Amino acid sequence: MKVLLFGIAKDIVGSSQLQFSEVVPKTVLELKQLISKTYPKFGELSSLAVAVNSEYAKDDVPLNRNDEIAIIPPVSGG
Amino acid sequence: MKKNRYIRQTTLKGFGVEGQQKLAAAKVLVVGAGGLGVPVLSYLNAMGVGKIGVMDNDTVSIANLHRQVLYGQGDVGESKVIAALEKLKEQNNDSNIVVYNTFLEPKNALAIIADYDLVVDTSDNFPTRYLVNDACVILNKPFVYGALHGYEGQVSVFNYKGGPTYRCLFPNMPKEHEVPNCNEHGVLGIIPGIIGNLQALEAIKVIAGIGEVLSGRLLLFNGLDQSYQKINFKQQPENLEIVALQEYYEWHDPCAVIQTVTADKIQSLMTENAQIIDVRTAEEFENYHLSNAIHIPLDSLENSSGKINFSIPVYILCQSGKRSEIAVKQLREKHPESTLFSILGGLNQYLATCS
Repeated sequence: MKVLLFGIAKDIVGSSQLQFSEVVPKTVLELKQLISKTYPKFGELSSLAVAVNSEYAKDDVPLNRNDEIAIIPPVSGG
Repeated sequence: MKKNRYIRQTTLKGFGVEGQQKLAAAKVLVVGAGGLGVPVLSYLNAMGVGKIGVMDNDTVSIANLHRQVLYGQGDVGESKVIAALEKLKEQNNDSNIVVYNTFLEPKNALAIIADYDLVVDTSDNFPTRYLVNDACVILNKPFVYGALHGYEGQVSVFNYKGGPTYRCLFPNMPKEHEVPNCNEHGVLGIIPGIIGNLQALEAIKVIAGIGEVLSGRLLLFNGLDQSYQKINFKQQPENLEIVALQEYYEWHDPCAVIQTVTADKIQSLMTENAQIIDVRTAEEFENYHLSNAIHIPLDSLENSSGKINFSIPVYILCQSGKRSEIAVKQLREKHPESTLFSILGGLNQYLATCS
């Protein structure tokens, strides 16, 4: 499972991409929780859009091993 | 319209004279004349948009010049909208530029936006972005969104022909300091130039009715690898049900600079026989109170404010200084002209240090 990170999420993780091959989260919510475990600051983000295979996905959307996920925090700069 | 001025556009297949006429008839409000606003303003103005509203309340600073390329060194210290007006008129004196030397606020948003067909959100902060969204939803106006973070940017068109809104992507504003802004995070000069130009393109498409407007899709741009990704998202009907603006959009009420006095002033306030309102509970008041304090518990403040003389300063006291702040906020709403002070640290501070 490939997870692309944008904005502040990328800054927190320190990389634009994460791979999950052994432990694969079952839902969007589980994925967020999994990332938060390793990166507690990620868990503090209160507003995040998540896309699964380029489609916006809410917390309960199920995930599959081959999915590509994008984690998109809001950005404000102008 | 000067002959030949737009000939390269009017000869363009799919745009033509018709497209040009639509631009000339269009009224576009650009909220923010900074990094994103500058390219949007420059191109909309050059391409012949009839009426352009420019809104900003900032002045040009030397640290703006690396990305806000409409301005020059001579503009430093000048109001952005005035400097922009001058340059844009020089660029195209056919267009009607209206400047708003103010920030977008709940009190002016609906009246100003109502005069335009389309809004381009080129602001640099979340409160304004949510305000633009809500005002555009209420007035049923589409708006072109653009924002950036470091080397990345986002672009979309919201509220377009009943399409999704900003809140369909990000329902609620993030907490303060959760996402840093350009001032804290830094920005490479060209990035707002790219994102702003993508916004200008979407604005032109919406006005001229060409191409596929970026509605229901969020474009993610990364300058470091020149990648563009698009995310599809749907409208959440509840986000179209906004009927009124929030009272304020700031993380803190902008009027919430609460005037305070320190607890060591209590002694002199008592000597002057100043009006001190104690908003603690009856029990606390009975237990201990200042000899000349007027007791109005916080929970009955609204109904008992007749006991307060608002023509003289009002000093609000509680145990720690927290309830007195709430009381000041409450009273200020109904008595905006009054002079209200919260006593910092309250009786705790007074008893610990001053009595």
